[in-house]
Amino acid sequence: MQEILSTIDTGTIEWSRAQFALTAIYHWLFVPLTLGLAVIMGIMETCYYRTKNVFWRDVTKFWQKLFGINFAMGVATGIILEFEFGTNWSNYSWFVGDIFGAPLAIEGIVAFFMESTFVAVMFFGWKKVSAGFHLAATWLTGLGATISAWWILVANAWMQNPVGCEFNPDTMRNEMVSFADVALSPFAVDKFCHTVISAWIIGAVFTVAVSGWYLMKRREIPLAKASMKIGAIVGIVAAMGAAITGHHSAYSVAQVQPMKLAAMEALYNGGTDQSLTGIALINPFEQPDYANQEEPELKIAVPYALSFLATNDLHGYVPGINDIIKGGYTNADGEVEPSLEEKIERGQLAINALAAYRQAKKDGADEATLTSYLSTLSSNMKYFGYGYIRSVDQVVPFIPINFYAFRMMVGMGCLLILFFAVILFFVYRKDIARAPKWLYLSALAMILLSYIASECGWLVAEFGRQPWTIQDMLPTWVSVSHLQSSSVMITFFIFLALFTTLLAVELSILVKQIKKGPEYEAQV
Amino acid sequence: MQHRSFIYRTYDLYRDGFRHMTIGKMLWLIVIVKLFLIFVVLKIFFFPNFLSQHAEEGEEAEYVATQILTIDN
Repeated sequence: MQEILSTIDTGTIEWSRAQFALTAIYHWLFVPLTLGLAVIMGIMETCYYRTKNVFWRDVTKFWQKLFGINFAMGVATGIILEFEFGTNWSNYSWFVGDIFGAPLAIEGIVAFFMESTFVAVMFFGWKKVSAGFHLAATWLTGLGATISAWWILVANAWMQNPVGCEFNPDTMRNEMVSFADVALSPFAVDKFCHTVISAWIIGAVFTVAVSGWYLMKRREIPLAKASMKIGAIVGIVAAMGAAITGHHSAYSVAQVQPMKLAAMEALYNGGTDQSLTGIALINPFEQPDYANQEEPELKIAVPYALSFLATNDLHGYVPGINDIIKGGYTNADGEVEPSLEEKIERGQLAINALAAYRQAKKDGADEATLTSYLSTLSSNMKYFGYGYIRSVDQVVPFIPINFYAFRMMVGMGCLLILFFAVILFFVYRKDIARAPKWLYLSALAMILLSYIASECGWLVAEFGRQPWTIQDMLPTWVSVSHLQSSSVMITFFIFLALFTTLLAVELSILVKQIKKGPEYEAQV
Repeated sequence: MQHRSFIYRTYDLYRDGFRHMTIGKMLWLIVIVKLFLIFVVLKIFFFPNFLSQHAEEGEEAEYVATQILTIDN
């Protein structure tokens, strides 16, 4: 048995993961609101452009101000993630550098400059440029932010489904062989659609909640009614869109990350005609005994729904955790899935071949010897990461967090559809300005719930792919830098303090501006 | 104004925009403080590039290979 990186402190891995998660979660507080409010204010300004009614200009300006506060607070929070790659995850960064370089560079150059240029026109250009150009600038600001999100999600999708690359044993890096495969992989497209549409929900909920607060206080009524209507329409369309794109996302996961799907579903033993678990009793703090349990206790399920979700066929085969470990079933590529044991053996062959190749090259070995090592490496590279696996447990993600986070995301998604439907009922059939107080209060509560749902989506995406930083290629304990865990722990708490302070500052500015309300140029 | 050059109009857009900012001034201050903290304090003191500190330039591949291919049989 090989002992690899035995001197890496497990605390370093856990603190590095915790720090990355903290930064990503914090960054994701700002991004969805930026993407969502961009759509809302784009629609409002389009109303102004079409009607020439200055009321819509005032409404647009008000939401643009809140957008600006959120935009300013979110600026550069994502860059810390890149610092963490270089410091805490140096092996990983080197291993993937050439793949990540292109999407992140495009994100930085094209999207950032597009965003920042049109933001200036949007805020400063009301009296300087034509109404049409201003409207274009507003939409292009949102488009720039969305393109930014696209490239970041392409990079993330590559980690979940590494395609379009080839490993170079001389440079120890994966090199891009097809930009189109990386940028337009079905996994990336599904991830982008689901993530961006779910971000629109956050913007819609925020708009409805702030408007609801005004209606509860009996002020800014025309603005609140108009905003509530647009927010709720965007919200219900986005929430239903998130359900559809969520189905595509789950299908993609089933194709390339079956273990993640099995963990999300707590599906220990799979088969055909699989039902989708609505709820079941799983200890949230302990990994279940999946090897010996048939299924979770008190399981309530929707018949055939999991098979449909994973295969688009009510009778499709969905492998459970134990099936994936045992192998032998036909996978999404139509091939017989090897057992975990075989993958581990082949991973070790790949690692040994790589080490032997590099040593042989240093020793000046002949071409035939080098070719032989490269051939072994190439035929087993797909399972490279499994060479670091020591026990079955290491490839099974922590089931409770995946299981409950997935249900919270889906449950709150359904609740949001209902919520927006109720709001629209009051908008069109009753008087939203005279709705019961509980509706306004529930709108405020929905801000928190929608953020929880959104962050839960990321929890599923990232916890579900454990132990991999790059699916099947590199586990976390190989990706991490050889750092003292105490130094990573210290920076974790520095971030916690910094992020909490910045968040408090943002919220106070945002709340102050909401309380101050819009500045009308039109007679209301 | 319409006869002015594109460059002047762009300059004017930014100049007037920055002059008449209200809440924006505070936001810019926060952004500048944040960028200082991120790029000066955090980057220099807490987030050095690990590989450039531990491997000679051009030897990064060898260092990473040593890290991930160290095998004790």
